[in-house]
Amino acid sequence: MSIEVKVPKLPESVEDATIAAWHKRVGDKVRRNENLVDLETDKVVLEVPAPADGYIAEINFKVGDVVKSDALLAVLSDQVVVSAAAPATPKPVTASPQQAAMPEKSAVVVNLDQARSAERASAKEVLAPSVRRLVDEYKLDPGQIPSSGKDGRLTKADVLAYQDQQNQLKNAGQPHPTVAIPVSKPEIVATPVPTPESVTKVAAHSGRTEQRVPMTRLRARIAERLVMAQQTAAMLTTFNEVNLAEVNALRYRYKDKFEKDHGTRLGYMSFYVKACVEALKRFPVVNASVDGNDIVYHGYFDIGIAVAAPRGLVVPILRDADQLGFAQIEKGIRDFSEKAKNGNLSMEDLTGGTFSITNGGVFGSLLSTPILNPPQSAILGMHSIQDRPIVVDGQIVIRPMMNLALTYDHRVIDGKDAVQFLVAVKELLEDPARLLLQV
Amino acid sequence: MSKSFDVVVIGAGPAGYVAAIRCAQLGLSTACIDNFVSRDGLPSLGGTCLNVGCIPSKALLESSELYVSAKHDFAGHGLVVGQLSFDVAKMQARKDKIVATLTGGIESLFKSNKITNLPGHGKLLGAGRVLHTSADGGPAEEIAAKHVILAPGSRPVDIGPAPVDGDLVVDSTGALEFKAPPKRLAIIGAGVIGLELGSVWGRLGSEVVILEAQSEFLAFCDNDISRQALKSFTKQGLDIRLGCRLTGIKKTKRTVTVSYTDGEGVPQELVADKLIVAVGRRPNTDGLAAPEAQLALDDKGYVDIDEHCRTNLPNIYAIGDVVRGPMLAHKGSEEGVAVAERIAGLSSHVNYNLIPYVIYTQPEIAWVGKSEAGLKAAGIEYKSGSFPYAASGRALAMGQTEGIVKMLVDAKTDRILGVHIFGHAASELVAEVVVAMEFGASSEDIARTIHAHPTLSETIHEAALAVDKRAIHIRNR
Repeated sequence: MSIEVKVPKLPESVEDATIAAWHKRVGDKVRRNENLVDLETDKVVLEVPAPADGYIAEINFKVGDVVKSDALLAVLSDQVVVSAAAPATPKPVTASPQQAAMPEKSAVVVNLDQARSAERASAKEVLAPSVRRLVDEYKLDPGQIPSSGKDGRLTKADVLAYQDQQNQLKNAGQPHPTVAIPVSKPEIVATPVPTPESVTKVAAHSGRTEQRVPMTRLRARIAERLVMAQQTAAMLTTFNEVNLAEVNALRYRYKDKFEKDHGTRLGYMSFYVKACVEALKRFPVVNASVDGNDIVYHGYFDIGIAVAAPRGLVVPILRDADQLGFAQIEKGIRDFSEKAKNGNLSMEDLTGGTFSITNGGVFGSLLSTPILNPPQSAILGMHSIQDRPIVVDGQIVIRPMMNLALTYDHRVIDGKDAVQFLVAVKELLEDPARLLLQV
Repeated sequence: MSKSFDVVVIGAGPAGYVAAIRCAQLGLSTACIDNFVSRDGLPSLGGTCLNVGCIPSKALLESSELYVSAKHDFAGHGLVVGQLSFDVAKMQARKDKIVATLTGGIESLFKSNKITNLPGHGKLLGAGRVLHTSADGGPAEEIAAKHVILAPGSRPVDIGPAPVDGDLVVDSTGALEFKAPPKRLAIIGAGVIGLELGSVWGRLGSEVVILEAQSEFLAFCDNDISRQALKSFTKQGLDIRLGCRLTGIKKTKRTVTVSYTDGEGVPQELVADKLIVAVGRRPNTDGLAAPEAQLALDDKGYVDIDEHCRTNLPNIYAIGDVVRGPMLAHKGSEEGVAVAERIAGLSSHVNYNLIPYVIYTQPEIAWVGKSEAGLKAAGIEYKSGSFPYAASGRALAMGQTEGIVKMLVDAKTDRILGVHIFGHAASELVAEVVVAMEFGASSEDIARTIHAHPTLSETIHEAALAVDKRAIHIRNR
C-alpha cells in the first residue's frame, strides 16, 4: 500500500517553492507527522510532514529543485524498503539466499526478515564507531558505501560523502547504484535560485581564499524588494530626536506591577507603537499606500515590526495595533521574535502592513536611514538611547535621548506632513500622558 | 677469504640495527658494520640513540626529574624528606648501566638472529662492494654485498664561532657526561636537545641560559603548545632568550664568555662555566662512500633517495638520519624495516605523515599530524577541541595538572588531522592517536571508544568530545 506525499497548497502570492533540505532518505522509516522535507518560499520555510507511518519508497525531487503546489514529492510504503544490490558489490556479503543480488532496476520492497538478515551480514565487518553510529541512525547498508580507508575499511568521511551523494541523486523509482562513485559532488541542476549547498571555495593566486555563497531564496527576495522600493518610491528621510526621560520614569515606576499583572515585560516598543498609531491617526496619509495611480488610505493600523531572524530580516505585522493595549503589543512582539528565531512565522504573519517600525538601536545604531517596506509609504527607525546633554529652560541637563528617522515616500507624503508626523511622535513620547488624553 | 652477504648494513643505530634484524628475520644473510666506540674504547652497538642520545638523556632526565619531585612535590604528599642531595656520579653510573644493558641487548639480538657483527668502519666502494676496516686495526677487507643499506646516522653541527673543545664547549655527547651540574650553563639552541639537556642540569642546580636564534620558540610546534611550554619552562628556571645570534666566544681556563646579539640586535655577553652547542645535526656522509662510487647527495648534503629509500646506485639504500626527513630514531627504524622488506621482495612503505614527535621535557610535548598554523596555511577548514590536564582526575591525583590536549579535525569529514599534547606522559598518550589516524579515524571514533578511568588517556577522549562541543568534564565554549 503506498501513500503519496505532495507539495502542500501554496498561498496565492507564492508561485512555487524550492526543496531546501530532505530529512529522510529512500528506505528510511518515518512516523506520522515527522518532518520529511523543508520547502523554501519567498517568505518562509514550510515543513512537509509524513501523512502516516511507513517507509520512504520514492523521492522524486532533490535539493534545489523547484516545485509547484500539489507536485508529488515522495511516496511512502507501509512495507520495509531496501535498495536492490547491484551485481558488482565491492564487498562480498554473506546473506540468506533470498537476499542475493536482484537484477530488477526498481526499488524492491521486501519483508522485514530479509532486511534484518542483510543488516546482520554487513555487521560481520568490524566498523569504526562513528561509521556504526551513522549506519544505524540512517539505516544504511555499509556494503553499498564506497570505502577509502585502510584495507578497504569505511571511514566516517566515506559515509558522509555517500549520504551527500544520495541526497543529490535523482531517484524516480531507481535504486541507488552501488558502483564506486567519486566523492566530488555531482552537478547541481540549474534552478532559478541556487541552494546554499553549492558553496565553492576559490583559492586566489596569492593563497588568500574566497568563498562564493549563492544567496538563499529568502535573501534574494529581500534584495529584490529593497532595490524595487528604492527605484519606485521617492524616498527620503527626516530626522528628529526624542527625550525618553518620561517614558523611562513610567517604565521604572510600573515595571514590576506591569510584569506581575500582564506576565510580560514593559519594554519601549509598546510606547513606540502607541505613539505611532496616535500620530498616524492625525496624519492618515502616512498610513496610506500607492497602488498604481491611486493613493489608498487604510482605515486600519497594521504595524510591521522589523525582526532580525537567523535567515534574514523579516517584518511580521501587528494587526489592528490601535486596538491593542501595551501588554498585548509587548506580548505580540515577543511572540514574533520567538517565531522568527525558530523559523515559525507563517505567511499571514508577514503579509500586509500599513506602516513599519524598525529598531536598530538594539544593535547599537545611533542614526540611520531605513528603507521603505513596499507598498507602505513610511517607516520609522528607532535607535540607541544615549544619555546626552540637552538644554531645558536655559539649563544644560543630561537626558536619555534617542534619534528618530522617518523615511517616507514623497510621491504620497509631503515634507510638511512627514515632519509634523515625526514631531507628533516625539511629543507623544516625551509626554506619555498625551497618549492617554489623545492630545 | 672474502665475505659475502645478501645485505650489508653500514651503521648499527636504530635505523641500521633494526634493518639488520628485519633482514635476518626475512632469511637474508646479513652483516652490520658500525664504528661507534664508547668512552672506554670498546665498540658499542646502538648508534647515537642508545649510546649518546635518546637513551642516556632519558635516563638523566628521569633522575633529575625525580630530584625535582622530591624537592618540590613530596612535601605536598605528606612525605618528609629531610636533607635531600644528589650524587651525579651515581646518576651517571646508572645511566651508563642502562646504556650498557641496551647495547649489550643489541649484541645478543644480533647473535640470535645470526647477524655478522663487524665493528669498525664501513665504506661503500661501489654497487655490491663495501670496504670494512676493522676496529682492532687489522687490514681492510672488501666485502661483497648483494644489497647495501647505508645508515651511518648524523653528528652534531659544529659552528664556527663556538667550536667544541670537549671541555668548556661541548656538544650533546659532552653534555651528557658532566661530572657535576655547571654553575652557569649556556646553551646555543632551544630545540629539542637544548631544552632536554637544559632541563637536566637546570633541575640539578645549574643557572641555565638558552640562546635561540629564531624569534619564535619551538616554531615547528603548534602555537598554543609552544606558548604554554615557554611559560612553563621559564617558570622552571630556564632563561630562554629568543632572536639571539651567537657572534663569538672567549675562553679562560674555567669560563667561557659568550657574545651574541639579542632580539633587538644589541650586542650582549654572558659568562658561563660550560657552553653546550645544540644547534642541530648534520648527516654523516664523510667517508661513507669512496668518490669513485659516485653516491649522489642531495642539495642539503643528505644521501639522495627516492620514496623507497633507494640511492642512485643499484641495490644501495640509505635510511635514518643520513637521509631527508625528521631525525628521529623511530623514523629511521621504520625505514629500516621497509627497506628490509623491499629487499626481500615484499611491498612496504613508511607513512611520513604520521610520525609522532616528542620532546622529553617535563611536562612532555608530543604531537602528530598538522598544526593549526599548518592547516590555515594550507587553506583547510578545521575544527578544534581542547582539554586541559587540570580537569583530569588522574592528573590531579598524580599532581601533574599542567598541560593540554588539542585535537584538530577536518571541518567537513571530522577526520583527525593533528593532535598536540603538552603534559605528563604525552609521549605515551600520542600513540593512541597515531593508530587512530592510520585508520583515518574521526574525532567521533575516539569519542565513541571507551577509555579507562581514571587515566590520562581520558584527556584524549575529552579533547575528541570537545571538537563537537560535547566534552563532559569542562564547559564547552
